[in-house]
Amino acid sequence: MSKEQKDFLNKIKINKFLIVSIQILIVSLFLLIWQVLSDKKIINPFIFSSPKKIIETIYSLQQSYHLFTHIFTTVFETIIAFGVGISLGFIIAILLYEFKTLAKIIEPFLTMLNSLPKVALGPIIIIWTGANTKSIITMALLINLIISIITIYNGFLNTDTYKIKLLNSFKANKLQLLTNAVIPASYRTIISSLKINISMSLIGVITGEFLVSKKGIGYLIIYGTQVFNLNIVMSGIILLIFISFILYEFMNLLEKKLLKEK
Amino acid sequence: MTKILEIKNLSKKYHTKEGEILSIQNLNIECVKGEFVSLVGSSGCGKSTLLNIIAGLDKQSEGEIVFHTDKAKIGYMFQSDCLFPWLTIYENCLLGLKIEKNITKENEKKVLDLLKKYKLYEFKDKYPNCLSGGMKQRIALIRTLALKPDILLLDEPFNALDYQSRLAISNDVYDIIKKEGQTAIMVTHDISEAVSMSDKVYVLSKRPCSVKKVYKIELENKKDPIHNRKDKRFMEYYDKIWKDLDINV
Repeated sequence: MSKEQKDFLNKIKINKFLIVSIQILIVSLFLLIWQVLSDKKIINPFIFSSPKKIIETIYSLQQSYHLFTHIFTTVFETIIAFGVGISLGFIIAILLYEFKTLAKIIEPFLTMLNSLPKVALGPIIIIWTGANTKSIITMALLINLIISIITIYNGFLNTDTYKIKLLNSFKANKLQLLTNAVIPASYRTIISSLKINISMSLIGVITGEFLVSKKGIGYLIIYGTQVFNLNIVMSGIILLIFISFILYEFMNLLEKKLLKEK
Repeated sequence: MTKILEIKNLSKKYHTKEGEILSIQNLNIECVKGEFVSLVGSSGCGKSTLLNIIAGLDKQSEGEIVFHTDKAKIGYMFQSDCLFPWLTIYENCLLGLKIEKNITKENEKKVLDLLKKYKLYEFKDKYPNCLSGGMKQRIALIRTLALKPDILLLDEPFNALDYQSRLAISNDVYDIIKKEGQTAIMVTHDISEAVSMSDKVYVLSKRPCSVKKVYKIELENKKDPIHNRKDKRFMEYYDKIWKDLDINV
């Protein structure tokens, strides 16, 4: 290895180290300042809580309120909504691609539904499906499904026309066109839609839990607000940050693995 | 000399919102087995439409296309090599056979033989992004030849390449086509490419497209395209076709 190459690799390493250490520093400073301000009563610890309090709360929640049941409920609902959303989105996108006139007919409706704030439908969903897990998953589906359909369908539409023409010159049928060109060509789009979908599902589930629930992180946050225990609210938010980060990173890994194979 | 394809009085109309467009009018073309035929015309004159009609991807408005073989099979090559990036070179070569549900031991062997013959065997398990533009174009040709087409259609096949590789690849492709005894119809706007590769050149008029003139290319010492470009009679044909095309800049 030449000296220049070594210097170049070193530079990359130093840069990466710098970025990670500054990130850690920011988080630590934030927590430290929060703790000190709270201890010195410069900010009201009752409203703003403090890192120490949050850790204590999470610990006691785990003992008295079955913390893991809440976490499990939220993650479970998110995964169900994600699975159903992505499969339905994929199937509907294929139908729209195969029946172009149908796609043109429902396009304005899709756009309308997509821009409608789904929370507004919450009360109706509760009345229609009942105040249970079903309505939470319906809420999440409403939020993740339309965007999945639109993303995957657009991926299909972007298939290189020459590839389709080539298969047509081989006299391929519709199913062969889908499985040999349209779907594999949209592979990247489909995988990136997984990432969008998991975030959307979590947003949907928490929104649903805010409206109606007996379990889950969303329930904890709402419960905390009602009894005015901000420690519980803050703990819920911190847990939520961790859950969404882990789910997103999991999708990231999955994406890397799936794209590597191809 | 057996005729393999006759196009008689072919016309094609297009319908758009702005109105009707006559793209091809009374076009007549003949092609003999084993012949390399070029259709030369300015861009947008309806050449590609003509190939689409021959390939059965589009329908003529009037006239007929007669194939003098039992079951005419058409192979089609485009400007872009159109290899599928998610398939290996070998899988790409088998794509047409896969669609026809005709992957047999014999056909697989034929593809492998073609890959060996044209020095692409060692890349068979690689993906297309590892290959140069010229190699990709040769793979695309092997993919088409694997189907044993009666007639090979080439739609400006070297357009995506730079000038140097264009010369080299047209030589390679010509070599493969002649060695395999293929009948080929190539559409191009490059006069020198047409003269250097073909046995017969049809000069097409501007839209609506019809045959303006036919040249049987008889060079003094006919060899491969690069060599043909240096032939004494090459410039003669080039000048004549240039005048026929009546290109106003």
